[in-house]
Amino acid sequence: MENQFQTKEFQTEDNKQLDQNAIAIANVSHRFGDKEVLKNISLSVKKREIIGLLGPSGAGKTTLIKIITGQLVPTSGSVKLAGCDMRSPSPAIYRRIGMMMDDCGLYERLSCYDNLRLYADLYRIDHDRVEEVLKWVGLYEARKCPAQKLSKGMRGRLMLARAVLHRPEFLFLDEPTSGLDPATTGHIHELIFGMCKEGTTVFLTTHNMTEAEKLCKHVALLNEGKIVEYGEPQEINRKYNHMNRLKIRLYSGKDLDLPNTEEAAEQVYEYLQTRQIETIHSTEPNLESVFLELTGQRLQE
Amino acid sequence: MKNSIIIFRKQVKDTGRNLALGIQFIMFPLMAIIMENAIQVKDMPPHFFVGMFAVMHIGMAPLNVMAAVISEEKEKNTLRMLFFGSVKSVEYLLGIGGFVFSACMVGTVVFAVVGGYGGVEFLRFLLIMAAGICVSMLLGAVIGILTKSQISATTIATPTMMVFAFLPMLAMFNETIAKVADYAYSQQVQLMLNGLASGTRTEPKSLLVIAVSAVIAVGMFIYAYRRSGLL
Ligand SMILES: Nc1ncnc2c1ncn2[C@@H]1O[C@H](COP(=O)(O)OP(=O)(O)O)[C@@H](O)[C@H]1O
Ligand SMILES: [Mg+2]
Repeated sequence: MENQFQTKEFQTEDNKQLDQNAIAIANVSHRFGDKEVLKNISLSVKKREIIGLLGPSGAGKTTLIKIITGQLVPTSGSVKLAGCDMRSPSPAIYRRIGMMMDDCGLYERLSCYDNLRLYADLYRIDHDRVEEVLKWVGLYEARKCPAQKLSKGMRGRLMLARAVLHRPEFLFLDEPTSGLDPATTGHIHELIFGMCKEGTTVFLTTHNMTEAEKLCKHVALLNEGKIVEYGEPQEINRKYNHMNRLKIRLYSGKDLDLPNTEEAAEQVYEYLQTRQIETIHSTEPNLESVFLELTGQRLQE
Repeated sequence: MKNSIIIFRKQVKDTGRNLALGIQFIMFPLMAIIMENAIQVKDMPPHFFVGMFAVMHIGMAPLNVMAAVISEEKEKNTLRMLFFGSVKSVEYLLGIGGFVFSACMVGTVVFAVVGGYGGVEFLRFLLIMAAGICVSMLLGAVIGILTKSQISATTIATPTMMVFAFLPMLAMFNETIAKVADYAYSQQVQLMLNGLASGTRTEPKSLLVIAVSAVIAVGMFIYAYRRSGLL
C-alpha cells in the first residue's frame, strides 16, 4: 500500500459522505509508456469547496486534472465526478464543468467576444452573459482584440471567462496564475473566491504554496505522482509543528537558531531573565517547508 | 443542426481572418477574371482559362482548407473543447463542410459568370463543379482526420492537391500523362467543362470516373473516421 495516508482517509469516510463527494478518485494510477506518472491516488472532494493540488513541475498535476475531466483514461482506478464515471463520461456532464488549462483551445484569430460568443451559442446562453463575464474578468475594453494579441494575464482571464460562462458546478483550473504578475494573480484569486461563494466546487493546481494556503480549504501535496500529505493547510502546518524553530538575537550580537523543545525553553528562559535577548521569533512551518521535509524537494526552483 | 450553423458561423469569421486559407478560395477565380480579360489568342479554345483555373480551384481550395481546418482544431485542442460544448462529430463536419462548400461555390459562380454561361449551362457548370468540390473536400477531410498537426496535414495535402489540380493542365501537353490523368476525377471534370464550353456531349466515362472517385473518397472517409474518430 503505497499511499497509506490517503487510502486510510478515504476508507474512514462513511458511505453517506461519499455520496456527497463531488469528486471521488480511488486508487488511480497512470502510465505514459513505461513511465508511471500517477501512483495509486485516492482523493475525495466535497461540494462547494476549493481544493488545491500542490506540487512541483512534473509532479503529475495536469495529468490528474485531465483524468478527472475525462480527457485521459487512467491506466487503473476509478474516477467519479458528481456520480458520473469519468472513464467514459456522458456528454451531459460537460454542461456542468468549466475548465481552464494551457491547451484549452482558444481560437487565436477570433476576438475575445467571439471566442465567448461561440460557446454562449453552443450552450444556448444569452449574449448578455458574454458581456457580463467579460466585465467580470476585466476584458470588456479588450473584447474586440483577437486572442493571439492578448498578454499572458489577459489570456488567462479570457480562459477563466470561458470556463465560467455557463455557470458550471465544477471548475477545474490548471495553474491559473502561473507566470502572472501579482496584480493579475490577486484579481484571479478574487474571481475564484467569488465562484466558490456562488456554490462552485473549485479544483485547482499550483506550485505556489502561498496561493494554496490563501485559497484552498483542503490541499493535497503531490510529489512524483504520489499524494504525500492531505488536509487543511493550517492543520498540516500544525501537524508539522515539531519543525518550529526559535530564532533569537542577543544584545551581544550572537544569533541563535533553536528547536522548539523543552531543553531549548530552559535556555531561552535564562536569556529572558538575564535580559540578554534583543529579538525573538518563532518560524512556523508552512506548506513549502512541510513539502521540503516530506520529499526533500522544493516546490519551485 | 443548430450547432452546425454555429460552427459554420465561427468558420466564416475565422477564415475571414486567416489570409493563408482565405486566399485559396479567391485565388483562381481572380486569376480567371484577369487572364480572360488580359489574354486573347486566336486559336485558343473558348474560355480556356475559366476551364483551367476552375479545375485548379476544385483541386486546391476544398482539399487544403478541409485538411487545414480539421488538423488545426485537433492540434490546438479547440475541437475537443467544442465536443465538451456538446457539439457532435457529425454536426462539426456539417458546419465546416458546409462552409468550405459554400465558399468554393461562390468562386464557382464567378467562374460561370466569367465563362459567360447562362440558363441550363450555368446550372450544369455548377453541378459539375460541385461534384468535383465534394470529392476534394472528402479527401481533405481524410487528411485532416488522419494527421495530428497542421504541419503534417500540409505535408500530405500539398502534393495531393498538386496532383489533382495540375494533372489536367499537364495532360494537355503530354500524351502519357493524359492517359494516367484519365483516371483522375479532376481531369474528367476538366473534360466535362471543356465539353460544356464547346457544346460537345459528355462522355459516360467522365461520369463513371467521377462517380467511382466519389465512392472511393467516401470509403476512405468512413475508414478514417472509424479508425481514429475526429480527435
Ligand atoms: N502525453 C504525455 N506523454 C508522455 N509523458 C507525459 C505526457 N504528459 C505528461 N507526461 C509526463 O508526466 C509527468 C507529469 O506531467 P504533468 O502531469 O504535466 O505534471 P505537472 O502538471 O505537475 O507539471 C511529467 O514527467 C511529464 O513529462
Ligand atoms: Mg502542469
